[in-house]
Amino acid sequence: MSGKERFPVFPSRMAQTTMKTRLKGAQTGRNLLKKKADALTIRFRQILKRIIDSKTLMGTVMRDAAFSLAEAKFTMGDFSQQILQNVNKASIKVKAKKDNVAGVQLPIFEALKDGNPSMDLTGLSRGGQQMKKLRDNYEKAVEVLIDLASLQTSFIALDEVIKITNRRVNAIEHVIIPKIENTVRYIISELDEMEREEFFRLKKVQEKNRKVKAEEEKKRQELKEQGLLVEIEAANLIEEEDTDILFK
Amino acid sequence: MSSAVKGKLIAVIGDEDTVIGFLMSGSGELNKSRQSNYFIYDKNTSLAELEDAIRGFLNRDDIAILLIVQYVADMVRHVIDNYTKLTPAILEIPSKEHAYDPSKDFILKRAQKMFSADDFK
Repeated sequence: MSGKERFPVFPSRMAQTTMKTRLKGAQTGRNLLKKKADALTIRFRQILKRIIDSKTLMGTVMRDAAFSLAEAKFTMGDFSQQILQNVNKASIKVKAKKDNVAGVQLPIFEALKDGNPSMDLTGLSRGGQQMKKLRDNYEKAVEVLIDLASLQTSFIALDEVIKITNRRVNAIEHVIIPKIENTVRYIISELDEMEREEFFRLKKVQEKNRKVKAEEEKKRQELKEQGLLVEIEAANLIEEEDTDILFK
Repeated sequence: MSSAVKGKLIAVIGDEDTVIGFLMSGSGELNKSRQSNYFIYDKNTSLAELEDAIRGFLNRDDIAILLIVQYVADMVRHVIDNYTKLTPAILEIPSKEHAYDPSKDFILKRAQKMFSADDFK
């Protein structure tokens, strides 16, 4: 059972101190991780809200863009092939930057425009206005989509990190801390046990000593009564007067 | 790599009109080996071709975002659902003929598992 588990330590004062330090460390760690998870969750919810907003915006923008494409086609006929033939270098690119939330690196995409779109000759004869509108609309769409992509990527990354953090918090809270607490409890009870044993042992020894002494005393008394043992009183050196050797 | 300095590309997979639109915005590129960063899906495209195209885009390191029209994404849902990397980011977009269905989007699906989407309206 997990509740009974403890670290394999020798129950001593030193091990107790170590365990107590570890317990404190584990608690600090858990609190820090909890704070981190909270910070991430706040950010996560913000991002989620923005994603939902952007998705709605994307719907509108894409509809506008598709509509202007239809308009342009109506004016100019099918120009798809012309566009496809003219693809060369991208003028809208994406720059990836990094944002840091509580130690988590989140990618942020940014639109990067360099130079003009290359197929400027399309729509030269007619429909130039529609062409420009179409281009503008799709550029707007791309910007919205880039925004959305970075939000979405952050969302996935944060989701993963939050899961990991929560897992860690729970592991510390429900596995590591109880285990350390069990160990500390075990060490304390074992130390108490040892103390009691020691105390009992001392008492035992004292009792034994007393018994032995009493026995001896008895024996001596008996011997005295029988006259076999004469107690020799030690001479008292203070009360006895010495004969003066020097000043008489 | 030079493209990393100058920025990464946006790849598009979708029907002809959507792709044309995005090419108009100037996101199309042909690289030195004449590989395009867009893929036009039409009735004649087989599922295997489509999958190859998606996997090809996902494995290129000069692509940061992969836009994919939602009804095309539905056909290769398994590829998208099993995709776990952060970049390139897959983004599902609505197409001209097909309305956007938020319940199919894998991000919103995940979001709805945690919260009800109505909370944010």
